[in-house]
Amino acid sequence: MIYLDNSATTKPWPEVLEAYQKATQTYFGNPSSLHRLGTEADTLFQKARQAVAKLLGAHTEEIIFTSGGTEGNNLAIKGIAFAYQTRGKHLITSTVEHPSVLEAFRYLETLGFEVTYVPVDQEGRVNPRHVEEAVREDTTLVSIVHVNNEMGTIQPIEEISRRLKKYPKLFFHTDHVQGVTHVPFSFRDIGVDLCTISGHKFHGLKGTGVLVKRKGIRLSPLFHGGGQEFGVRSGTENVPGMVALAKALRITRERQRETKEKILTGKKRLLEALQTLEGAVINTPVKDSAPHIVNVSFPTLKPEVIIQALTKKGIHVSTKSACSSKENQPSAVIEACGLGKERAESAIRISFSVDTTEAEVEELITQLRMIIPEMRKVMGVAK
Amino acid sequence: MEKIYVDHAASTPIDERVITTMIEAMKNQYGNPSSIHSFGRDARKLLDEARQTLAQTIEAKPNEIVLTSGGTEANNLAIFGYARANKAKGNHIITSAIEHHAVLDACKQLEKEGFRVTYLPVNKDGYITKEQVEENMTDETILIAMMHANNETGVIQPANEIARLAKEKNIAFHTDAVQTYGVLPISVKEMQPTMMAVSSHKINGPKGIGFLYVKEGTKLIATFAGGEQEKKRRPGTENLPAIAGFATAAKVALEEREQRGSFYQHLTDSFVSALKEEEVPFQINGDANHRVPHIVNIYFPWTTVESFLVRLDFAGIAASSGSACTAGSLDPSHVLTAMFPEEGRAQSSVRFSVGKGNTKEEMEYIAREIKKMMKTI
Repeated sequence: MIYLDNSATTKPWPEVLEAYQKATQTYFGNPSSLHRLGTEADTLFQKARQAVAKLLGAHTEEIIFTSGGTEGNNLAIKGIAFAYQTRGKHLITSTVEHPSVLEAFRYLETLGFEVTYVPVDQEGRVNPRHVEEAVREDTTLVSIVHVNNEMGTIQPIEEISRRLKKYPKLFFHTDHVQGVTHVPFSFRDIGVDLCTISGHKFHGLKGTGVLVKRKGIRLSPLFHGGGQEFGVRSGTENVPGMVALAKALRITRERQRETKEKILTGKKRLLEALQTLEGAVINTPVKDSAPHIVNVSFPTLKPEVIIQALTKKGIHVSTKSACSSKENQPSAVIEACGLGKERAESAIRISFSVDTTEAEVEELITQLRMIIPEMRKVMGVAK
Repeated sequence: MEKIYVDHAASTPIDERVITTMIEAMKNQYGNPSSIHSFGRDARKLLDEARQTLAQTIEAKPNEIVLTSGGTEANNLAIFGYARANKAKGNHIITSAIEHHAVLDACKQLEKEGFRVTYLPVNKDGYITKEQVEENMTDETILIAMMHANNETGVIQPANEIARLAKEKNIAFHTDAVQTYGVLPISVKEMQPTMMAVSSHKINGPKGIGFLYVKEGTKLIATFAGGEQEKKRRPGTENLPAIAGFATAAKVALEEREQRGSFYQHLTDSFVSALKEEEVPFQINGDANHRVPHIVNIYFPWTTVESFLVRLDFAGIAASSGSACTAGSLDPSHVLTAMFPEEGRAQSSVRFSVGKGNTKEEMEYIAREIKKMMKTI
């Protein structure tokens, strides 16, 4: 069984499961309770917060625990838009965002906000100059994904951040969900105001995530209630989930350093093989793309059929974002890059984890070399 | 020293069977349920089964279950989601002064958005009456939000009657059933609410998961925007291990409900008898005959709740002053203040909530410790 869909979700590590289990059995108190079981749970929870803060390069009070990436993105975008709407109602994002960002902006449009969608080039990258040019007097938020979840393209977040520093009245958010695992940055150094991550993309658990929010920024909450998470995110704290997230993040950082070369080699090897495979068109940019994502189109072939053929061989890859793979539509991201409908309709995404081995990559290459020419013959596109 | 946990209304220890289900799901069904490969399909299958199980516990249809990150999110989704989606019909909401903050604070936010909210006061017995609701209904009323049982006093509210009234008048009815789910028999076929919020970690399930029952055909505006999950009512990758764990906890709770209910009643009754035997001066807050079996809220005259709780804690007893969700604040309970506005009862009352693992001996031990504490006051 070869699992190469790590951009959709990752397998939780045994150490993470152990941490979860221990926390849930021993520290089951409600952290808001004043008795010992409550304070013990709270102490553990705050330790997890400190650890996460340190690993992300943020202050402890800048860590807001959430139920995942969708909530983090929604909280950042709607939270800023609503909290600062007296300042202005103009927002900026790109055309290649995750649905949890894109749909949040579309929703805000129905409420009278104005949104500029900055286009991308053929590699799926925004031009920082274009982002800056979109800024208006009434802009309150810019949100740009760090690593695109389908293409793996890394956006020039640092440069955008530098340019936006000239406009102190607006805030800059980045969806770091795909970046945190293999393209980490320090929150403080990169200079963004808000940043979203999700636990299950780095071998933590589903239902856990973090929104990092720079000190002093106000957010209109999505949940109202007991006032947990500095009043920004009410609801009983998921103590074991966040302990597991802290653990997973720490191991990810350690292993990322060790395995960086291995993943890069695997990606390079796969790209080389695809370059010589007839009928394959690589969508992932060669330069400035995440080490764990390879997106490739097989024009005229149906990606579902390729996926099924690979599944039969025990290899699991995907078409596009899992969050939108239910609809049988071309990839909106690849279309936004101007790569044409044919490529958008025939793309598959291969995504590695730190656990992916060289042998697994070789097996994928071997299978593709057998499956693709065969399918092309059947479709009549090859002799 | 003994360690006694009588704060089960705040959170509960997780059941071993639930952990087994969760670990199994984490190890084996780690795919994203929206992925189309076999890992995704395995995960989807487990998700569908869990949803089916959860739906059955309240006699709902699977597509009426919207999985959320917990009770707060479920209550918020009901209040915000319904009010914002139906504001063309009217702008008036009726709720009570004793709701959980997840309902109250959502209503307060809606007031800022132009809605008018009536917060019904409660009587000294701790409940709202159907008549109060009826008197306050107007042509503009679109939503009534009334909890099933109060989380601090345990007093059961006439949710069934109010649901019926709401249905007659074509007004939506939402009930916060966080404290009654798994404790009282609940059937949406019988009660016929429009929406109902439930949380997992109150029934020996994991934290970070809950659901909102939403009657078929109800229009809601989602709190999150994003993917297609939960039929767009709640986008975000499904928290599958927690959902599977929640389903196991719910199944166990349903199977053991009657047995647990009578045992909890026995525990709280024993506690009250033991306090009487020890000749401790006390009064039960709220109608003792209409409370959920696992919660009893007691007024101890001449005590102050903070020092009382600290001393209980020294004796190894974990109880609470009210809702834990007020995030560690020591504000007097808004529920007891609503019931006894003239008296300082909120400052001298403690909530004891029992659950799995508690024993009669523990309850008697607590009564003896309280007796010792009262002597030194």
